[in-house]
Amino acid sequence: MTEAEKRPQDGASNLVRADPVLEARGLTRHFRIGGLRGHTLHAVDDLDMVIAEREIVALVGESGSGKSTVARLLAMVYRPTSGEILFRGRPVSSIRGRRRVLAYRGQVPMVFQDPFSSLNPAHTIGYALVRGLKLHRPELDRRQRQAEAERVLAVAGLVPPAFIMSKYPYELSGGQRQRVGFAAALSYRPKLILADEPVSMLDVSIRIGLLNVMARLREEEKVSLLYITHDIASARYLSDRILVMYAGHLVEQGPTDDVLHNPVHPYTRLLLSAVPDPRAEMSVTSADVGEPPRVIDPGEGCRFRWRCPLATDVCAEVTPRLRSASPDHEAACHVTVPGSVPRVVAGTGR
Amino acid sequence: MTPAESRVILEVSDLCVDYASSSGTAKAVDQVSFELSEGEFLAVVGESGCGKSTLLFAIARLLSPPAEVSDGKVVFSGQNMVAMSDKALRALRWRDLSVVMQSAMNALNPVSSIRAQFFDAMKAHGESDPKVARARSQEVLSMVGIDPVHLASYAHQLSGGMRQRAMIAMALLFSPELILMDEPTSALDVVAQRSLMVQIKQLQAELGFAIIFVTHDMSLVSHFSDRVAVMYAGQVVETRPTRSLFDNPLHPYTRGLLDSFPSVYGPKVLVEGIPGSPPDLTDLPVGCNFSPRCPRATERCSAGEPALCEFDDALVRCVLYEGGTAGGD
Repeated sequence: MTEAEKRPQDGASNLVRADPVLEARGLTRHFRIGGLRGHTLHAVDDLDMVIAEREIVALVGESGSGKSTVARLLAMVYRPTSGEILFRGRPVSSIRGRRRVLAYRGQVPMVFQDPFSSLNPAHTIGYALVRGLKLHRPELDRRQRQAEAERVLAVAGLVPPAFIMSKYPYELSGGQRQRVGFAAALSYRPKLILADEPVSMLDVSIRIGLLNVMARLREEEKVSLLYITHDIASARYLSDRILVMYAGHLVEQGPTDDVLHNPVHPYTRLLLSAVPDPRAEMSVTSADVGEPPRVIDPGEGCRFRWRCPLATDVCAEVTPRLRSASPDHEAACHVTVPGSVPRVVAGTGR
Repeated sequence: MTPAESRVILEVSDLCVDYASSSGTAKAVDQVSFELSEGEFLAVVGESGCGKSTLLFAIARLLSPPAEVSDGKVVFSGQNMVAMSDKALRALRWRDLSVVMQSAMNALNPVSSIRAQFFDAMKAHGESDPKVARARSQEVLSMVGIDPVHLASYAHQLSGGMRQRAMIAMALLFSPELILMDEPTSALDVVAQRSLMVQIKQLQAELGFAIIFVTHDMSLVSHFSDRVAVMYAGQVVETRPTRSLFDNPLHPYTRGLLDSFPSVYGPKVLVEGIPGSPPDLTDLPVGCNFSPRCPRATERCSAGEPALCEFDDALVRCVLYEGGTAGGD
């Protein structure tokens, strides 16, 4: 297993090994809650992730799994409690000063979940886009800004652009507003767009159009995307790779189809069994009622063990690390990862 | 369409709901008719603004101005709910017909315990003996899989899934014949969502109530409902037994909606969704409401409003199926 992990270049399709745009190492964010009593909420713990150039990575998990916190850490909204984020090989923590932070945010913009509150209702779409361009691309003159705003609107599928620019947010539908969000993000010439549940508030017939816009951004504008969602079907539709989070831990990651067809972690299996798919037969349902994860002072051990049908004693003592289950496909489970060696046998090096 | 032997408990005929607005009257529900049999699970699906929640509220007579039932009848247990006096309505509500709202966090009172709210509901409907009320509250909570100790809990102490279950428990207090559910699972994670659906189905099998389940997520009901009614711009465009609707959707809108869901397991194909967006209800297109977005629209579609016609095991509102034959399929 360790051999496979270290094999340098394996096959042409391995996007993972292309140049990383962004890398997180041991990313951790804790929140102190409960006043003086001093409880700690472990939103994200010891998370490693890599996003390659022109790669679409889906980050899935249920509410409370920490996926939005990851987005905020990557967007420099939060500072990590510990761990490091590398943007094109350079540590993000070394970015200081308003202008440099602004430049970073232009290269790694965020698109938010709620298209109804993420646009200023008092200004036109054109004003919002041009203002963003003034801030992030001061080298452009007025005409160029106008042209660029029109270009990005067209890329996001909003035509005719000049007409859309004269509109106020309330005059646009939810889907159109969310496209404006992507157009704005695109106008900063980003390397990576962080999209936090960008389609979850939209109607189903509108959603798919936006997913197609996101796919087009990768193809035509060569950006990478981190697509944060709880919707596995759309994650599959869009992404090259999928990361599954549970209670602040990354529990499984790998090429999308690999993870969905051969889920290794019991949580991923549970999640997949619960996804309604009208085209499939109804799957056997587990007794799990979907209780929220425990992330306040969680202590050692696997955080899924309370709900896990396979949990053993070692799961309560040792926090499982991501291990390779097959090439490129890793999961953090003592039980289901082949050759996973709990503490007792550790060190014998199979 | 419904098995002949089962009793019809709800009959909605030509129901229309108007919203008066400054830009004209919006027909949020437009001539909706259907029957519901005892113990049936009817799913009403559609996108936001299609009138599905308004329909549900109209059936329960929970509409408040500017919404108003402008025409039609809702006959429940032999009585027309639309014309019923408030007093008669109060006797019926919760005992025979209850409602589970979308957001349990907002539907439950944050400053009183679950017990107090359950007792309130029982008292309001004539059950003032605290012993009976306590026994029944414990019973319904256990039914939905919540430990009765949570009677003392407040809404914020429960997880989202538990809150929705508590709401369903509350709806079960008087063993009603019909429960109206307005997207009860939309705020939940998939695992909790699935678990709740399974539970609703089990309770239904045990207790035999009928359900009208409003949702925007077609795939959610695909394994649970008996029949699906698809709504678009205030109208029911297709009603059909669930399985055949999913296997072979008739109305182009139903097909478009189904094709908007990427599959988790099937072949990975490019999905296009439905172009355009739903119409403004105060300014509807001429003829078929869906025609501007319809890939199969012809001039016939704008000639006049298509009627709801029978085709196979379905009722469908599309000129393609008029006269019981599929045109151009």
